[in-house]
Amino acid sequence: MIINNIQIDDTFAEAFNMRATRVILTAQNLKWAYHAANAMTGFATSVIGCGVEAGIEDELSETETPDGRPGVSVLLFAMGSKVLMQQLETRMGQCVLTCPTAAAFAGINSEDQINLGKNLRFFGDGFQTSKLITDKRYWRVPVMDGEFLCEETTGMVRAIGGGNFLILATSQSSALAAAEVAIEAMKKIPNVIMPFPGGVVRSGSKVGSKYKTMFASTNDAFCPTLKGVTNSELSAEIESVMEIVIDGLCFDDIASAMRVGITTICQLGESSGVKRISAGNYGGKLGPHHFKLQEIMQAGGA
Amino acid sequence: MSTLTFRLKKDLAHSINCAALTPENLAGKSIPDIASLMLSNGRSELRVDAVFEISGQPITHGLQTIHFKDSSCKLDYLGAHITSGSLDITGDVGAYLGFNLNGGTIHCHGNSSAFAACNMVKGLLMIDGNTGEFLGGGSAGQRKGMRGGTVLVKGNAGDRAGDQMRRGLILIEGNAGDYCGSRMIAGTIGVMGNVGMYAGFNMKHGTLLLLKKPAVHATMQDCGMHTLPFLSLLYQSFSKLDSQFSRLHSQRVQRWVGDAACNGNGEILLISA
Repeated sequence: MIINNIQIDDTFAEAFNMRATRVILTAQNLKWAYHAANAMTGFATSVIGCGVEAGIEDELSETETPDGRPGVSVLLFAMGSKVLMQQLETRMGQCVLTCPTAAAFAGINSEDQINLGKNLRFFGDGFQTSKLITDKRYWRVPVMDGEFLCEETTGMVRAIGGGNFLILATSQSSALAAAEVAIEAMKKIPNVIMPFPGGVVRSGSKVGSKYKTMFASTNDAFCPTLKGVTNSELSAEIESVMEIVIDGLCFDDIASAMRVGITTICQLGESSGVKRISAGNYGGKLGPHHFKLQEIMQAGGA
Repeated sequence: MSTLTFRLKKDLAHSINCAALTPENLAGKSIPDIASLMLSNGRSELRVDAVFEISGQPITHGLQTIHFKDSSCKLDYLGAHITSGSLDITGDVGAYLGFNLNGGTIHCHGNSSAFAACNMVKGLLMIDGNTGEFLGGGSAGQRKGMRGGTVLVKGNAGDRAGDQMRRGLILIEGNAGDYCGSRMIAGTIGVMGNVGMYAGFNMKHGTLLLLKKPAVHATMQDCGMHTLPFLSLLYQSFSKLDSQFSRLHSQRVQRWVGDAACNGNGEILLISA
């Protein structure tokens, strides 16, 4: 498939089942809501080393938050419920409880509930109080700036992580510029996050390594400097590859984000330096969800 | 189709227990069946049709509404134990209105006697007039009062409103008597008018939300002026009520904590304009 002189490879992105939650963080103003959210989603690019993949999903106005203050919604994804619970509690305690004026609320409904402020309340040393308001329990923890307000639990849902596509371009700057444009468009899609720095990964990985201690290593097939020495996927003119990884609450959310991202890049045309769009997979044997690039683009009318 | 209506047809010398007259209890019963039900009247019993003129259509399920007209303070236990449906009462009612209320809605357009919302668990109880002592309290032998739901009183409440209240919301647009929120375990009581002496006496947890400065007793400790964000959530929960409380918006409050006499961590919040 070729869209606007950019080739869409006949391949697929391979994604995995994950557990996810959404938290709404509010504060006195957006500046401090972002401080809380940036801290909470820091060091959360990949489950390989961070435990969770997390990111800011959306910015919320005063009318969209439970307490009528500006805020942001944050999505967190983990490979299992236990890790997700541990990471959520740790990040809430160190990043949100500590952030001036910040408050935290459940952002997703589910029968499965995980602790948000349930254990953080003990920081109140007996001075904490709860309020049950319209069937939701909130904790008020006295802190030095006033009170930290936090809902007791939030929902946990089944989700998908690892949707992706690769941008193959004639230069590093071209690949990155295209990735930036795609990320800006994809940020508008609800229920997804792109957890890597700026939403973009330059170090895509393959499973395994020549070193016994490593279970993931550089994706040499897409490394432009190894074109001559490895079983490369890259043609002669490709000098740089950037990857965008997407975690989402369901298959369609990720597919929509991929479609929007790829469409935006294709609209840039051949002059952008982008030659091909591909995707990362492990032969289809590891992840149950396959995002076939050409099918996704055809579904969007390409 | 007219709704099932009970119109009190005579002045009663003694209180009668009306706990049997609930939507769930009457669902599926014909008018003659309802008329033959017996209501306890002290040591004797009275047929329903000896007390009430019954009109309207029988109800088919427990979610429907029953009307009481021309009721008096001799009618005790109206709306007791109901978990669904609603009661609409024109006139005064006796004690224990909404006793053990566990869902549904009761709207009393008159005054009620003591122990309204006693042992209440869930639902909505609205009293347009005044109510007596121990609003939302516990019945004899109980160590907890109201455990959930919402009570809205447009008039005044007697002494000991919310005594031993464990959970839920009581809103009083008028005045509250002495010992408001006494022995309160948790929950929220809002009072727009004056409260009597010893507000929050022996309270353990919970919130007394006041608009007029109370005569705070010595064991409630002044913690100063604060802006409390949780109040915005509380006010939002008031917004669906037909009440002056739905107009509250100020999160600025003076806070007293206590009752220190029982090592309590309850609070009196005086809303600042």
